[in-house]
Amino acid sequence: MVALGTGGYNQNNDMTAEAEITTAQQPVIRCESVYKIFGDNAESMLEEADGVVDADKFHQAGCIVGVNDASFEVHQGELLIIMGLSGSGKSTLLRCISRLTDATAGKIFIEGDDILQMNSKQLIELRRSKMGMVFQSFALLPHKTVLENIAFPLQVKGVSTRDSIQRAKEMVDLVSLSGRENYFPRQLSGGQQQRVGIARSLAIEPDIWFLDEPFSALDPLIRKEMQDEFLRLQDVLGKTILFVTHDFDEALRLADRIAIMKDGVIEQLDTPANIVLNPATEYVRKFTEEVPREKVLKIKSVMDPFDPAEDFSDFRVPQDAIIETVAESVLNAGKPVRVVDDAGEVVGALHASHIVHVLFGGHADHAAEKSS
Amino acid sequence: MSEALRQNKYLQFALLLVVFVLLCMLITPTESNWFWRLPPLIQQLPFIINDSVDYLMFEWWPIEVYDPEIEDYEEKPLVREITRSTSGLILFMIEFVREILLGGVKTIVTFMGWDWATENKWARWPALPWTVVAGGAAILGYALGGWRLSLFVGATFVYIAVFGQWEPSMETLSFVLVAAPAAVLLGLLFGVWAFRNRTVEAILNPILNIMQIVPHFSYLIPVMVFFGIGDHAGAIATIIFATPPMVRLTLLGLKQVPPEVGEAGLMSGCNSWQLLVRVLLPTARRDILIGVNQVIMSCLAMVVIASLIGAKGLGNDLLIALNRLRIGLALEIGVCIVLIAIMLDRLSLAWANKQTDYFADLSFVQRNKYSLMFGGVFVAGIVLAWIGSFIFREGFNYLYLIPHNKGITTENFWQAGVDWIWDTFFYTLKGFNEWLIVEVLVPVKTAYLAMPVAATFVLAMGIGFIIGGIRSALIIGGLLLFIALTEWWDRALITAYLVTVSVVISTFLGVVVGTICAQHPVSSRFILTVCDTFQTFPSFIYLIPVMMLFGVTDTSVLIAIVIYATVPATRYTVEGLLSVPPSLHEAGSMSGVNRLQRWLFIELPMSFPHMALGVNQTVVFALSMVIIGAMIGTDDLGQLILGALSEKNGVGNGLTLGICVAFIGLAIDQVLRTWANQRKSQLGLA
Ligand SMILES: Nc1ncnc2c1ncn2[C@@H]1O[C@H](COP(=O)(O)OP(=O)(O)O)[C@@H](O)[C@H]1O
Ligand SMILES: [Mg+2]
Repeated sequence: MVALGTGGYNQNNDMTAEAEITTAQQPVIRCESVYKIFGDNAESMLEEADGVVDADKFHQAGCIVGVNDASFEVHQGELLIIMGLSGSGKSTLLRCISRLTDATAGKIFIEGDDILQMNSKQLIELRRSKMGMVFQSFALLPHKTVLENIAFPLQVKGVSTRDSIQRAKEMVDLVSLSGRENYFPRQLSGGQQQRVGIARSLAIEPDIWFLDEPFSALDPLIRKEMQDEFLRLQDVLGKTILFVTHDFDEALRLADRIAIMKDGVIEQLDTPANIVLNPATEYVRKFTEEVPREKVLKIKSVMDPFDPAEDFSDFRVPQDAIIETVAESVLNAGKPVRVVDDAGEVVGALHASHIVHVLFGGHADHAAEKSS
Repeated sequence: MSEALRQNKYLQFALLLVVFVLLCMLITPTESNWFWRLPPLIQQLPFIINDSVDYLMFEWWPIEVYDPEIEDYEEKPLVREITRSTSGLILFMIEFVREILLGGVKTIVTFMGWDWATENKWARWPALPWTVVAGGAAILGYALGGWRLSLFVGATFVYIAVFGQWEPSMETLSFVLVAAPAAVLLGLLFGVWAFRNRTVEAILNPILNIMQIVPHFSYLIPVMVFFGIGDHAGAIATIIFATPPMVRLTLLGLKQVPPEVGEAGLMSGCNSWQLLVRVLLPTARRDILIGVNQVIMSCLAMVVIASLIGAKGLGNDLLIALNRLRIGLALEIGVCIVLIAIMLDRLSLAWANKQTDYFADLSFVQRNKYSLMFGGVFVAGIVLAWIGSFIFREGFNYLYLIPHNKGITTENFWQAGVDWIWDTFFYTLKGFNEWLIVEVLVPVKTAYLAMPVAATFVLAMGIGFIIGGIRSALIIGGLLLFIALTEWWDRALITAYLVTVSVVISTFLGVVVGTICAQHPVSSRFILTVCDTFQTFPSFIYLIPVMMLFGVTDTSVLIAIVIYATVPATRYTVEGLLSVPPSLHEAGSMSGVNRLQRWLFIELPMSFPHMALGVNQTVVFALSMVIIGAMIGTDDLGQLILGALSEKNGVGNGLTLGICVAFIGLAIDQVLRTWANQRKSQLGLA
């Protein structure tokens, strides 16, 4: 548990640092009022509706609303998780951004270029150099071996067989599949197949990485293992990521920010902590009700201002650590602990009472008050 | 009463039957009675066809073509130019492959002209020694599929050579090596086109449906008209026959590719060509390979039929052997055809499944081992042939080419077998034969011929109406009306009688055998394998053993049709029974039914729709055997078609007759398919 927490902590640490540097730059992905509506007369209906889309009304007219007025930005090195129940439009949004389907209306910019204006040649070029995608059902090519599957994006790009196979071998090592290079997908377990899918999507060293429920088809144990693997990879690679899932635990473990979708609408897009603490809509509140706070909140959000006069224990905690991962140590310290930032500067103080408050919620208030 | 009639289909059928019988009894069989026979109003149709074909071929749309002989432009009809250049191309390809195998001068002539070739006698392409071809094929087998395939391929060629069938086999092989790839490519092309374009799919679908019901010999006449006679015509007829299933299976396979795999291809940066060739088609490989297998089987099934319009090779020889009642020879040729079919199928399969090894750090020898091996075989074969020229100073050099029918043969053995059977069972066989003809076939045939045309229409359209409503009734009526207005209604009745009798027997056998075998997984798998094997054999193969027993009689034809057509009936029965969901079995067991009841009330009704499709197949199979029957002397439509093939002005007749046979098939198909689809949706199977 501790080891995992540390992994998460490190990653978050790096990411925030990077995100801070690049916020000034243009976002890697920017969506402006993106709509995707399935159906024959979708476009004319959308024009009539003038931007206000009522899913029920459209449904009666034979249209299905996939994405409804989505606007957001994703920055360099950020991991945005798209969450929602099945059928809420997560995959459709992802497909719009990768232009596997054409959005019905709106603008989508990748590093400043409007992809809806691109012709197919530019689009292919974009996918060959900047994008990688991982699919829920793995979507490996059944007639190719592990090595050939991974080398495939390179080969369609025109890289020589030798170089592409060479690179594919490196990728095989990266996703720990050495020794299975010549297996066919059908000879691999689900987890192994998804490793191939991941390796394939990374072979061209994309800047933007799309993952559509990559671990949903796997058993819980394997899923955990793959999440760890994913965090390890992201730690090394630092890609800009759009990650779709319907599993809140997964989202909390991985996300920088989370977008929650319902019927095609992004109900809220915010950091995990804010989503849990300040749900924007009733739907989000219900959605996050059951989520244990200590899994979401960072030390930063519960620390007090630093008062040198206090008596501190020697133990220090990083301000970006998730509460759950350090709770035990803080409670055992017996005294308040110092909170430090990346550089090791002390930025605040943490009292056990706050941790207890988070851990046991409102009804523990009384007890906590007494003990301090 | 009328309410009950509307509800109860059995009642409707009973009423229909009563009307039918009444009509049969009331209508007097006189020439002038239109209820008895319709006048041949479209008697002129064949002539009209002849004229329009002539016009189309020789006058319509003249174009300017440069003629190098007279060094000027000349007016030539478009259609004829197109068919001529197509024929020329295909013929060139066949000759090219053929001359690589057998040697010759035609390829050289194509490039250099006859004059040059006659002047330069040395300019001939020498035949490869058979040892080189066999060895090369074995190496190919090894390269693609390892030792076992290599052995099988090698053995096939050795068999062919040793039994003196080398030349006709190589002729057939060259024919198939052009027709099969062409059919596969065309199938892929249309399949992909239909996949990409809904409209194309909507147009192709009914055409494919019809093409798969129309018996294969129906293509002979139109092909002969437009392309003439010869290997190329045979190849074109074969391609037309073999392509539809390939289109079907390509489309099916492409549709079944999971959308995410296509998206993965797109996200890997494929352009649309790469997506198709490197992602979609390989992922649809299973169905496409089934298609390739069907193409190869169809090509070899057409070998005999194609020989009717001039294709050289085994088919022609087989036909002759059968006509002369040389059973042993026919058997040896039949084995050649089957072996070639299986060999090509295995080779193409192995090729599609081939795998590359990127790890091995190969030396020059290892990388080029197959070429080197072939080089070795090539030299060794030539040396052997050279040595052979010393050993076999007189007569034939068996180490170079074994001439036609100069190999070893088991014919005497088979002939002795046939003689023995005839001697021993003469009276039994003769008795059975006579009984069948006198007691069964002739009465049924007479009954068919005694049907007034009005009664036939009422019966057929009535069945169509009860099952598929007014639409089916009209379709069937229209199809039959065409036949009734030609002058061949009686012949068509005979064809119908042969088909009905054989379909009834086949269906009975198929359902019984299928049901018994479906009781246990092992026996089901066994019988399905047997069906697969039998479907590999071209239809006329069945004539060989049957003629051994019954000679040239209706009985032989009937039995051959029955054996051939029982295969689909059995297969569909087994598949239908196996597809009954296990939960239903359990539900049955819970409510305490015994095995027989379960079979009667649960399994059989559930699998009826699928079986109906099997019967449909049986009809198609039976109809396609009609011409085969004609070859050994039945007096139905098939025989006339056979005649039309050799007449100068047979086009119109042949075409009209072909349409008649096809329409019989389509009418039966209409009823069975409509019923099967209805039942399926009622049972929630569709
Ligand atoms: N190709 C399509 N045609 C019509 N409707 C579609 C299509 N793809 C998705 N939809 C519909 O759009 C909605 C969103 O689907 P999707 O994005 O796949 O949901 P999620 O990935 O969140 O489960 C669903 O109601 C789905 O039925
Ligand atoms: Mg989805």
